[in-house]
Amino acid sequence: MIDFFFQVLWALDATLRVATPLMLCAMAGIFSERSGIVDISLEGKLLSGAFVAAAIASLTGSAWLGLGGAICASVLMSLLHGFACITHKGDQVVSGVAINFLASGLTVILGIAIFKRGGQTPTLSSDERFRPIELWFVDILDNLPILGSVYRELVSGHSLLVYIALICVPVASFILYRTRFGLRLRAVGESPIAVDSAGVSVTWLRYRALIVGGVFCGIAGAYLSISHGANFVREMSAGKGYIALAAVIFGNWRPISAFWACLMFGFLDAITSRLQGVDLPIIGEIPSQLMVALPYIMTIILLSGFIGRPSPPSAIGLPYRK
Amino acid sequence: MSNVTQKTSGGSAACYILELQKVCKSFGLVQANKNIDLQIQPGTIHGIIGENGAGKSTLMNILYGLHRADSGSMFIDGAPTRIKSSADALSLGIGMVHQHFMLIPRFTVLENVMLGSEGGALLKLGRASTIAKLKELGQTFDMEVDPDLLVSDLNVGMRQRVEILKALKGGAKILILDEPTGVLTPQEATQLFDILNKLRVNGVTILLITHKLAEIMAITDNVSIMRGGEMVGHRKTSETNPQELAELMVGRKVLLNVEKPEAMPMDVALTVKNLGCFSSRGHKVLDNLSFEVRAGEILGIAGVSGNGQTPLMEILSGMRKPDEGSFEILGKKITPENEVTPNIMRENFIGHIPEDRHKHGLILSFEAYENMILGFHNSNLTGTKKTLDKNYMLEHCDARMEEYDIRPRNSKLLASSFSGGNQQKIVVARELYKNPKLLIVGEPTRGVDVGAIEFIHKQLIALRDRGCAIILVSVELDEIMGLSDRILVMNKGQEVATIRGEDANAQNLGLMMAGISQGAKN
Repeated sequence: MIDFFFQVLWALDATLRVATPLMLCAMAGIFSERSGIVDISLEGKLLSGAFVAAAIASLTGSAWLGLGGAICASVLMSLLHGFACITHKGDQVVSGVAINFLASGLTVILGIAIFKRGGQTPTLSSDERFRPIELWFVDILDNLPILGSVYRELVSGHSLLVYIALICVPVASFILYRTRFGLRLRAVGESPIAVDSAGVSVTWLRYRALIVGGVFCGIAGAYLSISHGANFVREMSAGKGYIALAAVIFGNWRPISAFWACLMFGFLDAITSRLQGVDLPIIGEIPSQLMVALPYIMTIILLSGFIGRPSPPSAIGLPYRK
Repeated sequence: MSNVTQKTSGGSAACYILELQKVCKSFGLVQANKNIDLQIQPGTIHGIIGENGAGKSTLMNILYGLHRADSGSMFIDGAPTRIKSSADALSLGIGMVHQHFMLIPRFTVLENVMLGSEGGALLKLGRASTIAKLKELGQTFDMEVDPDLLVSDLNVGMRQRVEILKALKGGAKILILDEPTGVLTPQEATQLFDILNKLRVNGVTILLITHKLAEIMAITDNVSIMRGGEMVGHRKTSETNPQELAELMVGRKVLLNVEKPEAMPMDVALTVKNLGCFSSRGHKVLDNLSFEVRAGEILGIAGVSGNGQTPLMEILSGMRKPDEGSFEILGKKITPENEVTPNIMRENFIGHIPEDRHKHGLILSFEAYENMILGFHNSNLTGTKKTLDKNYMLEHCDARMEEYDIRPRNSKLLASSFSGGNQQKIVVARELYKNPKLLIVGEPTRGVDVGAIEFIHKQLIALRDRGCAIILVSVELDEIMGLSDRILVMNKGQEVATIRGEDANAQNLGLMMAGISQGAKN
């Protein structure tokens, strides 16, 4: 019984670690897509953020500079996306895919050029990374039977970036639904012409949405390479950007719902490694490839309208022309 | 309410709330506005009337900052002004209610009204004051709306009120309304005019853009007439009449009401029995509809757009299968089991003038002569050779263009290069050429200028008198009343009533279109 309890606790703990970049990317996706810009480039922003964070942390020895660099790189990618599909009214999916290719190639080329390790960055020492932090009262609460362990194992002991990601979700929700910026952002994704005729600049509004998304993706990238991991490995984003996009759709473009979708996908990922080679009763061994594909399969089922009907922003994917 | 009517000589603009001098605007080679002069007195309703393409919308977009004038000057309250964006226009007190509403269906009324003037970075800050302001405006002008309702749950008339409230809340002193009644039932239009009158009494100046003469006569104080991008006249409404306005709009004499001799109905051409069909979402869009049309009569189908007219026309023209019931065209019975295609219908002498000519009537990227044989490509209209005989088709098109006065007379011009009226004439010429025995006509004069309306109406009546049965679907009540021998009114896919053409007037039709039957069925 106790054993099972700790198994669950560790699985949830792993879920949180895996879901952190998903949450940040999903919030980025929500901001961008709610403003009417398809954001398939989450993956590329995440990857470039991860590379720049590891590279700068390794060169300067400062995790904070790494984080700052990651945010700058990711915002830069966002601006490129915006330049192509807001200013020049290009196809948003094409631009997004191009950014993903660009990030995939550029990180490896720069990595080889700077560090000469086949695209990897040197392994960072622990003070060049965001280390797990112990929250207050851990020792006091330890005396409590179940709550103590939950607090020590699950709530406490994560890196600062995990807590930032968790805070980002209610903050994103607050911005979207309670602020002027959020109202205009939601409006521009529904009907840009209505926003324009209300005397608000569609272009600037959409750029701002993309910049906010860039900041979120940058933090997510830094988490991958200088908090969860200790260096940059080529293609280390490994489709997390796409999964985050699936979570956005699953959450019906709402921050809180998307947060739950991220946790669900994170949980699937966390138990995949645990279930490898384990014979389950009745079903037997589950192929790990199936588990990896599961979020995509679920998204396709959702999009084909079997479970409710997703309601994307009305003007998504359409460049605004007067 | 100030009654400023004295016209000072020269350019002293002090008594005008808005004045334009020599405003010009070109798009490429097309000059949309040429030397426009306009003077609006405060506290009046000023009508701007003109045919489609006369430049009304361009002019309003310049006033509202969506376009910038190439040259010319603008004065507000006598002060020279430049309007570079909608934000400028709003801050100068110019509000606009667009033809297509600028509302977000998924937002509440309150969110829509707040958008653009939220009153602070947090929505909380402006919410209470906006609600109070909405309530005050709603009471003053008799148009209260619950601020927490979703716009998607409001009907068209209510949505328009939200648009007006939005403009007023932004402090509009000059309100521009672009074709405001196009989407309204006659009752809703009357309510709108009541609101406009209240606004005028309270000192709001209104610019009413329309192509409907009746509206100009009913509500405006002054009217300016545009034609071909120019202002061709300014009149006091009390000193003009519809005939004069129509002539100014078109530039020649026009008959507003085409003369129509008594109908001589003959054999039944079309019998519809218990026809029903469902939308893709499973809603019943046509419900148990039964009627008949005889050769030599025009059956008008009246109704607010979207009440089943479109599926009815699609079924009768063979574009869509009915789900229930049957119909018999010229002795040929069609049930849901039969295979029907537009081609089969056409071979049975059924003509179809579709309501959306761009989508179903023409291929805009084809040349005129090709469009003139669309759907008849298997007939002798393409010549006697095995292949398409281009010269034969060109001659055929030239002859039709002559007959229907289609301009410019160039059979090789792309369909998209013709004006709306001339495009429609191409469709009419094609569908009437084979002398159909049953003609299904949808919105024959939508987006067509007054001159072409007169021509098309004459053609339809001539066709009727040659013994063709005609079903006319139109949301324009004047058109329905002017042409129909009998009128069937539809609401939510059902027949409300069928009345004789001479018994119809805007009031009883309007009520029936809203679904209120008066027991006038015969």
